[in-house]
Amino acid sequence: MQLRVRALESILLEKEYIDPAALDELIETYEKKIGPRNGARVVAKAWADPDFRRWLFEDGTAAIESLGYGGRSGNHLVALENTTSIHNMVVCTLCSCYPWAVLGLPPLWYKSAPYRSRTVADPRGVLREFGIELPKDTEIRVWDSTAELRYLVVPMRPAGTDGWSEEKLAALVTRDSMIGTGLARQPQEFAR
Amino acid sequence: MNGAADMGGMHGFGAIGIEANEPVFHAEWEKKAFALNMAIGVANIWNLDAFRFARESLPPSQYLNLSYYGLWVVTLENMMLDYGVATKGEIKAGHAQAPVKKSKRTIAAADVANMVLCGSPYNRPAPGPALFKVGDRVRARNIHPKTHTRLPRYVRGHAGEVTRIVGCHVFPDSNAVNKGEDPHWLYTVRFDGRELWGEGSDPTVRVSIEAWEPYLEPA
Amino acid sequence: MNGGQDLGGMHGHGPVKPEPNEPVFHDDWEKRAFALTLAMGMPGGWNIDMSRFARENRSPADYLAMSYYQIWLAGLIDLLEERGLVAEDEIEAGHSLHTPKPVKRILSPADVAKTLHRGGPTERETNTAPVFKRGDRVRAKNINPPTHTRLPRYVRGHAGIIERVIGCHVFPDSNATGAGENPQWLYTVRFDGRELWGPDGDPTMQVSVDAWEPYLESA
Repeated sequence: MQLRVRALESILLEKEYIDPAALDELIETYEKKIGPRNGARVVAKAWADPDFRRWLFEDGTAAIESLGYGGRSGNHLVALENTTSIHNMVVCTLCSCYPWAVLGLPPLWYKSAPYRSRTVADPRGVLREFGIELPKDTEIRVWDSTAELRYLVVPMRPAGTDGWSEEKLAALVTRDSMIGTGLARQPQEFAR
Repeated sequence: MNGAADMGGMHGFGAIGIEANEPVFHAEWEKKAFALNMAIGVANIWNLDAFRFARESLPPSQYLNLSYYGLWVVTLENMMLDYGVATKGEIKAGHAQAPVKKSKRTIAAADVANMVLCGSPYNRPAPGPALFKVGDRVRARNIHPKTHTRLPRYVRGHAGEVTRIVGCHVFPDSNAVNKGEDPHWLYTVRFDGRELWGEGSDPTVRVSIEAWEPYLEPA
Repeated sequence: MNGGQDLGGMHGHGPVKPEPNEPVFHDDWEKRAFALTLAMGMPGGWNIDMSRFARENRSPADYLAMSYYQIWLAGLIDLLEERGLVAEDEIEAGHSLHTPKPVKRILSPADVAKTLHRGGPTERETNTAPVFKRGDRVRAKNINPPTHTRLPRYVRGHAGIIERVIGCHVFPDSNATGAGENPQWLYTVRFDGRELWGPDGDPTMQVSVDAWEPYLESA
């Protein structure tokens, strides 16, 4: 693969379709700058600020844009609310659509056949592999990203976090909890 | 198309392979593969729907056995050949042999941040009123286009409820084969798990998809 | 199972490639794989439904990347290992390492012709009457068992007509799991091409499948 990529890079550079410095900037952006920390900030704010929470669920795109996030794979964003009776999970069975703007690039498992094939049919089985067992009567809502709408799961706020700053709250929000394959960390875990 | 990429509901792929502390990229070449695809997108030689169609058109055994970014590399090669960006000889040689004939747009490093932030919105002015409203019961049509579609096999023929009118969006089925953006009303449709997987399946599961109006009929 | 083998209606596999003067076997190893599989049926103690499931029960990525006899061989190895007849380390080493498990019978050369001639008839006696008769309109149920079934995905949920009441036959869905033969009434059901493939389907085309009673409900 390495050789094939090098060949493509050489050809495209030589034909001046791309600027080499732009390539480095793209890599830098998605490797270091854009990542789940963005989403965690969004979730933490939704936990701490009722007005923002309302806005986020009404107009996800606008709400995240107000925090400086958006654009690529975030132009059309919908936030999903996890409650005690509803648990949301996000998948793209057809390829690997994912809310890059708030979560960065997806992990390999999200893009692979086991997750893509099983999540729409057996979400509880998939959750079990992530170490999560939900109550029998919890409604599990799976969202298959077939269009350009991108989904961000807002996990439930853990108990015992009253008065916490947004920064401290953000540390409890894991990437998996924003996909729906995880839950937010508990304060006790964070203290460790 | 009913291709290998249409995986919803397939059995046999095994356990989810979770890697602790997974790096964003697993190899240097993956970074390049990613960036090359992002950058060439700006040149607007092909659109994203056409790229997805090309990727899912790979022979099933290849599609299923290439790594994630391996798919991007092979698809990029194929697109470059199909759209006259490079010849087979150039790809084999690993460098350009003829100058480019078409005019091109490129992206400079300074513009990347802006490009990422702006993204590429898919909503377009509506051609007419939406056919369905929230709460309507609709059925996913039993279509089997050989070309690109975003209606997965597992929902076709099944009935669900419209839960959101997303807006009017570029229609991938048309855009992927370069027949124009042909925007249509886009809806979120929610299906009961038992409707999709049978009576004996988990009664607590609901699956939603986004579906363009041409995919739907009243139920 | 919704595995790699359930190929009806799939796109992307390319043209049918008939090979002029195709030999019965393309390689020596194929002859051995074929013969080994047939010969092991008797001592192995498995039935044909189990061996079909053993072949399809793997990642679709592997199934679609393997040749026909590679799949037979993989299925045979899985059956041998499952039943403790051969161990994984013996497969690796390429010879016997552990004491063989006693088996009831093995196939002798003298019995080959007789055994092949007898085959494996699946019709069974029954006291029950068939639920459906010729001309009845039936619908294939939307079942999605992860275990063996002979109801292909492309007919599930679709309505057709009973063309023939075949008889009472061993039910593969049961037989493959070792739950017994559980014979069921078997029917030929004919579906209109457009029912299966949508309004753009060929109006002159019909597809028939042989379906056991548990697969069907009145339409």
